[in-house]
Amino acid sequence: MSPANSALERVTKVPGIRGSLLISATDGLVVAERLMDGIDGRATAALAGSLLQRLGRATAGAGMQVPTFVHLRANSGSILAAAGQNDLVLVALAGLDANLGLARLEMLDAVGRLS
Amino acid sequence: MSNDIRTLTARLAEEPSSLAFLELAEALRRRGQLEAAYKVARGGLGRYPGLADAHDLLARILGDQGDLAGAFDAWVEALRLDPMRTSALKGIGFLYFRAGNVVEAREHLQRAAEIDPDDQSITQALARMTEATVTPVQTSSSRPAASASAVPAEPDTGDSSADPAEQGHLLVDGNGMLLSGSLRSPGNEDVGDRVAAELAGVSKEASRTTRLLGLGGWQAIAVESPEGNLYLLPPTPDTVLLTIRERSLPMARLGLIAERAARHARAWLGVQE
Repeated sequence: MSPANSALERVTKVPGIRGSLLISATDGLVVAERLMDGIDGRATAALAGSLLQRLGRATAGAGMQVPTFVHLRANSGSILAAAGQNDLVLVALAGLDANLGLARLEMLDAVGRLS
Repeated sequence: MSNDIRTLTARLAEEPSSLAFLELAEALRRRGQLEAAYKVARGGLGRYPGLADAHDLLARILGDQGDLAGAFDAWVEALRLDPMRTSALKGIGFLYFRAGNVVEAREHLQRAAEIDPDDQSITQALARMTEATVTPVQTSSSRPAASASAVPAEPDTGDSSADPAEQGHLLVDGNGMLLSGSLRSPGNEDVGDRVAAELAGVSKEASRTTRLLGLGGWQAIAVESPEGNLYLLPPTPDTVLLTIRERSLPMARLGLIAERAARHARAWLGVQE
């Protein structure tokens, strides 16, 4: 199993995580994915990539570095993103019942291993 | 003249429109050169009348000079510009306490504590106030008398240029215009307007993302960065509130602080809870 797929598998094993994908941050393209049926990987990658770029500009405006971890909480779930090396970002979709603390740890560890 | 004051004076002379006056006036105040500090702060306020930091600084200088009525007015102005400025709430609270108006004093300090529950100086001031409340309570809501003695050192109203906790809240409208708050970069540059302009785009992008992915409306964005943690909330559908704290503060706790600040923002915007 490739390091990317290994990372995705670890994250999707966390209770409540509906899928995860590795994306290229600058162009929002999918590098690898492991998603439940019905989740559009390309749309998720594009939207997450665009949001992360916006957040990156905001933090840069504040004189801060690129975000290392982002949690977007919505009414019916969450999007998590952990920045890795070489423009890669690990993104996960979580349900309302997800163990977000564990997902965060697994994602940070996974992107650390990818670099 | 110390090196820092010499450097700051040179920087201000080189670029009179810079915000170096804040640091210079504060450095002069700390050295007890109150008249010089006052002149520098007044000069800066002439250029930046809408800068809450400058009014806050002027209030501290006036307090040190014994002009408590002037300090009170300057803190009120700072609070008008930035309703979540805990240093102004603490300053006003303490001036009320000095004037014997414990009710108003406690109210201001409690508001400050709600905004920043991690500020130990507020908790301690409230505790000291409880201990010291043996004198009759004055319920007048008028401002404190100018004849009260000089502002003592406690509670510390904070050095807004050095304490990021006194800043770090930005309330932004849907067009990226700053409504309230201030933000300084790690290099002490005023970056409020720049970040505000970006935050409107973040809010729109977050709405688009969650809607298209079937997650409903967005509630919050927690962002970890090597320099600190950020928390974004939409107090109303047309506004975004950014709260920044040091990375050592747990994110969940930062979320609670941000939620409290959002409640204040909604009240300030006149939105019914």
